[in-house]
Amino acid sequence: MAVKVIIPTPLRAYAGKQESVEVQAATVAEALSAVTSKFADLKKHLFSEDGRLRSFVNVYVNDEDIRYLQNDQTSVKAGDTISIVPSIAGGAC
Amino acid sequence: MATKIQAPMGPASDGRGAGLSKQEVLRYSRHLIMPEVGMDGQLKLKKARVLCIGTGGLGAPLGLYLAAAGVGQIGLVDFDVVDFTNLQRQVLFGTSDVGRPKITAAADRLRNLNPEIRVDAIEARLSSENALELFQDYDIIVDGTDNFPTRYLVNDACVLLGKPNVYGSIFRFEGQITVFGYPDGPCYRCLYPEPPPPGLVPSCAEGGVLGVLPGIVGTIQAAETLKLILGKGQSLIGRLLLFDALAMKFRELKLRKNPDCPVCGTHRTVTKLIDYAEFCGIRGEEAPSTVTNIPEITPTELKTRLDRGDDLYILDVREPHEYQICNLNGHLIPLGELPRRVHELDSSREIVAHCRSGKRSAEAVEFLQKAGFRKIWNLKGGILAWSDDVDPSVPKY
Repeated sequence: MAVKVIIPTPLRAYAGKQESVEVQAATVAEALSAVTSKFADLKKHLFSEDGRLRSFVNVYVNDEDIRYLQNDQTSVKAGDTISIVPSIAGGAC
Repeated sequence: MATKIQAPMGPASDGRGAGLSKQEVLRYSRHLIMPEVGMDGQLKLKKARVLCIGTGGLGAPLGLYLAAAGVGQIGLVDFDVVDFTNLQRQVLFGTSDVGRPKITAAADRLRNLNPEIRVDAIEARLSSENALELFQDYDIIVDGTDNFPTRYLVNDACVLLGKPNVYGSIFRFEGQITVFGYPDGPCYRCLYPEPPPPGLVPSCAEGGVLGVLPGIVGTIQAAETLKLILGKGQSLIGRLLLFDALAMKFRELKLRKNPDCPVCGTHRTVTKLIDYAEFCGIRGEEAPSTVTNIPEITPTELKTRLDRGDDLYILDVREPHEYQICNLNGHLIPLGELPRRVHELDSSREIVAHCRSGKRSAEAVEFLQKAGFRKIWNLKGGILAWSDDVDPSVPKY
């Protein structure tokens, strides 16, 4: 399935400055794997050394947090949007 | 640090319980003629007590619009001093305020805008020692801070006290807004159980920020605060609003309460405030840097060696737009491109790496050392220190 993965601003530097990437995938895990094989630098920002998604990065399929779906086994269909939403803190500085 | 509260200034009599004066009716007439606010709504605003943490990028529009709307008691918490670089986005302040405590300048501005309200100027650094006591006197807390430890602190304190937390955060040209802290709603830890390790997410000083962005996000926070007070409209509880100023797009994601959340879930393990600096992996006040054993050269030492005619290769690891502001005629390879372009460097030469302040170049040196480079130094303090110590004609940014 062709799905769009939205790359958040703090991570665009590691994804060739792109705002989003189209990949073929049937699950969130496949989609993220496709993105990180294309952009190797992105991997360490998304995943810890043991291969798990970092806890300050959330992933959504359309508007639902995958932690409340089937995590990275959540299936995706054509036209779905996967959003990567990291923690940001700027505000007063 | 002792919490200093400047004497609250407001109307001579505490009219917070009574109706509106003739002056107030005229001032708020555009609210009063709308059924969504009306007299009832304006009186709710007058009785409301909102605490704004931070008077910077987010706090500026927030404070202005809450004051303009007639929120009866506004508390401002900040310990910082107005800096020249703040003026690009912190629109509460003017050039003549540079050097003044932010809290004083902010309070003056808000009281001038609306003398009918009470403004509490709290010059303090929010901490686990003072947060609960400070929050007690307010109904709604608005998070306009700029760092992870304080955001977790504000969140936890709000959940412990049962106060809503109107949250906004920004990065460059993106923002996030939501409302945490309602009993049936999520809290910050439901969204992000853990902070990123220090140094992974750049601050505004390192990443830059579109000045107008906190203006937009802070104004949305003000709107959400007013809606909570008025009890009108659909609030952002359980909704994460994402804003991209460049694309001019808003997106919305569902935020769920995590039943296993240690702070607001069914089996809470966090029942008091903790050491948030420790939680976020930061020790003390030093700038977060995980890089150690990096050979350094000071700007003065570098100047001496260059004047002597030493054959040093200057490697600039900043971004192209920074090179345009000022440079040391170095060879530009942005830090993110270094792994790919390391072949452009000759490891037999002595290389001095620099960036703006010395942090990115320290990472570059560490990377190059691991790649086998032996004659590599980090310019301590970066081009900022070069401007301070060697050549003041180099502009600082």
